[in-house]
Amino acid sequence: MNWLPASVSGRSYAALLLVLAAAPFIFEWINQPFYLDLLSRALILGIAAVSLNLILGFGGMVSLGHAAYIGIGAYCVGIPSYYDYYNGWLHLALALSVSASFALVTGAISLRTKGVYFIMITMAFSQMVYFTFLSLEEYGADDGLVIYSRSEFPEWLNMDSSTSLYYWIFAVLLLALFFTHRLVHARFGRVIVGAKFNEQRMQSLGFNTYRYRLACYVISAMICSVAGMLFGNFAGFISPDIMGWARSGELIFMVIIGGVATLFGPLVGTIVFVLLEEFLSAITVYWHLIFGILLVALVLFGKGGIHGWLSRLDRKGADHG
Amino acid sequence: MDWNLLITQLMNGLQLGLLLFLLASGLTLIFGIMDFINLSHGSFYMIGAYFCGSIVAYTGSFLLGIVIGLAGVFIVGALVEWFIARKLYREDHLDHVLVTFGLILIFDTLVHLLWGASGMAIPLPDILNGQLTLGELVLPTYRLLIIFAGLLVAAILYVLVSKTRLGMLIRAGASNRGMVEALGININRLFLVVFALGAAMAGLAGMLIAPITEASIGMGNDIIIIAFVVVIVGGIGSVKGAFYAALMIGLIDTMSRSYLDLLLQLAMPSNYAETAAPALSAMLVYILMAGVLAFRPQGLFPPAGMK
Repeated sequence: MNWLPASVSGRSYAALLLVLAAAPFIFEWINQPFYLDLLSRALILGIAAVSLNLILGFGGMVSLGHAAYIGIGAYCVGIPSYYDYYNGWLHLALALSVSASFALVTGAISLRTKGVYFIMITMAFSQMVYFTFLSLEEYGADDGLVIYSRSEFPEWLNMDSSTSLYYWIFAVLLLALFFTHRLVHARFGRVIVGAKFNEQRMQSLGFNTYRYRLACYVISAMICSVAGMLFGNFAGFISPDIMGWARSGELIFMVIIGGVATLFGPLVGTIVFVLLEEFLSAITVYWHLIFGILLVALVLFGKGGIHGWLSRLDRKGADHG
Repeated sequence: MDWNLLITQLMNGLQLGLLLFLLASGLTLIFGIMDFINLSHGSFYMIGAYFCGSIVAYTGSFLLGIVIGLAGVFIVGALVEWFIARKLYREDHLDHVLVTFGLILIFDTLVHLLWGASGMAIPLPDILNGQLTLGELVLPTYRLLIIFAGLLVAAILYVLVSKTRLGMLIRAGASNRGMVEALGININRLFLVVFALGAAMAGLAGMLIAPITEASIGMGNDIIIIAFVVVIVGGIGSVKGAFYAALMIGLIDTMSRSYLDLLLQLAMPSNYAETAAPALSAMLVYILMAGVLAFRPQGLFPPAGMK
């Protein structure tokens, strides 16, 4: 069976995508529409995690402010809708252009710093966005903003039903994954990954690593803003809370659970995160405790996240065979 | 201009600045010496408040609450260093962020389990609850006490860091950790003491503020971010820098909240100024930090010998 991916991890991910593609039918069949909501939320965050992984995993740029771009994307739906502009292309174009310009300016400043300083400055910029929206009384400030109607697209592309919105999200996710895959394996990605491990070597090879990193940062922000735009449509209610620094911390957590610098890791991590959150919080109000312990244990003992475990299975298989 | 208001706001700014200093001095040492990012430093602030509150409720003595509470937070800090932080000093910063993010969740939930979801008020003894009247000026005694306590700790810390052997090791550790190790100093013990001392100072800040705001879950999670701003602006590893930066940021934050709209009204119509002022004043400290990072990344007062 040559068409099957050869490794355990590859097969698991292929199976995962098939299940995700069929999910709305499965949930309808077992009559659990709530699960579709849950999965939609997981995949939206999955897109954000995939975009964060691009800078954090492949580029080694640890941003503690990525949730700001979810917020920007969401408010690019919320604010036009507030003025009765529901055109989806407008929302999308706004999200992409606003996030790109913000990322270009803040990235240009942030990328002058390294390590801890980069973590802190990205956090600072995201807090600025957070406080800006927190003080915009016109758009609800901390009470949030209700989005009464979803973005309007041509009939065959509409996102009005929960199933069509789910496929929108799924399609964007696939695009993000495909784009990441192509980007990382192109020369651009090689430079980004190379600069993470040895910046001086990349520079001596003649690459302006600063520019490559900045481009990578902007691309990542734009992908994340689409996740935000989908989130605004999905939730129908947005507030500055979606871009607090704790949200950015959670995004990092999702990427790490799944496995940094892997294509599918962030997606798997996000799904595990959202499912854990959902089921643990149903069991006990103290679910954060279990979550925290898992997080500490993951860093202390679980190197490489879920992708790491799956690849270790591969290696074990190879040893025996 | 209302001078009474101005002086009250100055006092509030000073108070916030000194509380920030109590948090940031430990944070900057842990950051500078162990190269460890401790997002959960704010948890010690919260735990201090709850420890103190429980002991005050049990014994009725605020002083006893502070003393026993300090010892308690010191122990909690030592345990965190011993079992978790110690294993991660040589790891990636990303691991620090994750583990301490997990610790925040753990501590917040433990407090929820032990003390319940609602906050905990801490009654003040009558002697501290009064007011001091100077001419037309009325100053609450307790706020003066916070300022006094903050300055006292700053002075003790100054003596500790610049006059004692432990302080010498701390300074040496902040500028060149490898060299301290190479000279045969038991670096593990030094790290343990610095971490636990930092935790105790954060706990003290929590205890001091709790009678005003009451102790609540997650109370440390907002202020810790500003404490990080203080650390960055002051220069990582520099206690002196943390002191100046904390006072500066405490004053900027408090003053801009009350006076920025007046200032903006000079430049724009007053209805715009009223909308823009709250946003701008909340952003001001972050703008300051971004500016410092962009133009003087080592901070305003970096410790001597730091690369």
